[in-house]
Amino acid sequence: MTEPSAVAISMQHVYKSFGPKEVLHDLSIDIERNESVVIVGGSGTGKSVTLKHIIGLLKPDRGEVYVDGKEISDMPPRELNRFRTRFGMSFQEGALFDSMSVFENIAFPLRRHTEMTEDEIRSRVAECLEQVHLSGIEEKRPSELSGGMRRRVGFARAISLKPEILLFDEPTTGLDPVFSDVVADLIVEMDQTLKTTTVTITHDMKVAFKIADRVAMLYGGAIVEQGSPADFQQSKNPIVQQFIEGRAKGPLTD
Amino acid sequence: MISVFENIGIFFLAFFEATGTWFTMLWRTATWAIRPPFEGREWMRQMVRLGVDSIPVVFLTTMFTGMVMALQTFNGFQRVHAENFVGSVVALSILRELSPVLVGLMVTGRVGSSMAAEIGTMRVTEQIDALKALATDPVQYLFVPRVIAGIVMLPLLTILGDALGVWGGYLVAVRLMGANPVVYQSNTFQFLDVNDLWSGIVKSAVFGLILTLTGCVRGYYTTGGAEGVGKATTSAVVTASVIILLADFFLTKLLF
Ligand SMILES: Nc1ncnc2c1ncn2[C@@H]1O[C@H](COP(=O)(O)OP(=O)(O)OP(=O)(O)O)[C@@H](O)[C@H]1O
Ligand SMILES: [Mg+2]
Repeated sequence: MTEPSAVAISMQHVYKSFGPKEVLHDLSIDIERNESVVIVGGSGTGKSVTLKHIIGLLKPDRGEVYVDGKEISDMPPRELNRFRTRFGMSFQEGALFDSMSVFENIAFPLRRHTEMTEDEIRSRVAECLEQVHLSGIEEKRPSELSGGMRRRVGFARAISLKPEILLFDEPTTGLDPVFSDVVADLIVEMDQTLKTTTVTITHDMKVAFKIADRVAMLYGGAIVEQGSPADFQQSKNPIVQQFIEGRAKGPLTD
Repeated sequence: MISVFENIGIFFLAFFEATGTWFTMLWRTATWAIRPPFEGREWMRQMVRLGVDSIPVVFLTTMFTGMVMALQTFNGFQRVHAENFVGSVVALSILRELSPVLVGLMVTGRVGSSMAAEIGTMRVTEQIDALKALATDPVQYLFVPRVIAGIVMLPLLTILGDALGVWGGYLVAVRLMGANPVVYQSNTFQFLDVNDLWSGIVKSAVFGLILTLTGCVRGYYTTGGAEGVGKATTSAVVTASVIILLADFFLTKLLF
């Protein structure tokens, strides 16, 4: 067991239903500071829902979510709002503000939560865009970008504040293999230089094994298997084996 | 039989829930409105969008309504030889009733609907979640500037509507119906009271609050993709229009 202070994010017996549909069923996971955890799982199993619980966008029906020892699932709105400056999150579809340019999107958290001057903001935005290999598109509108570009801009927006905790919802889906690797490298680099705690959702096992300290598999509303990439790959669990190998037949599809 | 009562029950539950939500959001908007950081740029943007961009619509509706009012009352009053009072009637109805209500309804159709559509789209494309994730309260960032714009700009539009309506009435009466311009003018202002102006202005500020908040709330609670956005837009216009007409009655009763 780890000492409590080493745990950055802790989900305890979380249950969540939407109407009659139960999505999370007794999900528990502890994520340590500066750890990079990858959550994998089939489509529609509740990965995005899990991530949204960590940042308090969804509240559990039962169970608790702690971040830095604070119960985020029971925080008053104003405090929660302030608390969220510690997070960076990129969304599955980018979720860029389409009334703003790319520049304004990335500058948005900088303008609101820092004292940076306009020049500093400009150079920070350029830096973030450069990291996702999209230099020079500052003045474009989100509607003019491709799906993959939008996702990368969303990624750039999430990292612009250099937050302590980064949540990435499928950051590489829809990117070609080269850019997937670029994004994976970037996540590894941030983990090392900024000492961030990272939770990433991905279907791409190559990316998962590259960035993860630990891989966790979500199935049936709970974490059914977790371990270091090497252990995970060797897992005897038939669910995990089917997922890694991408077979159509097996317990996942029964 | 059961299902009839059940449906009535469901209807009332939904009604009370919607009312509760509306007032909760009003409260949250009010508490965020007085708290920094103030979104100066957003406030300006919404004022322009709601106020300046609505001028053409206000121009057309209030001016033509003033003209029609003059036409109708002139015809009617002629029968009882009371043409001289046309100016008073037109001015009173425009200032106290027609300008605020028409401006309120027109701006509801133009701006309330687009606010619901805009915020609804933000909801279904996860932009609302993104706002929250960026440590920005959607009520503070989206609701407050819009509602403030409504409360500030509607009275200004109504004053403009007052002037245009009265002027439209004057044009018709004098140019078309051959009323004496001097008599018409003095008659217009003869029975007019500052309270008449105020009553319209207070009403319109309330309408501004109603139409913007309803648009924001309907958009905010959108579910179900593009279809949901469409529904939110329609229901924002219908709900806001109904509340405006109800509020109009009670405000009129209350104010004077
Ligand atoms: N706001 C919501 N309202 C109702 N149902 C929801 C909501 N959000 C998620 N769900 C349901 O919860 C389930 C899990 O959704 P989630 O988005 O977490 O899946 P996922 O694991 O991220 O899948 P994918 O890999 O396709 O992104 C889905 O069946 C979805 O229909
Ligand atoms: Mg998802």
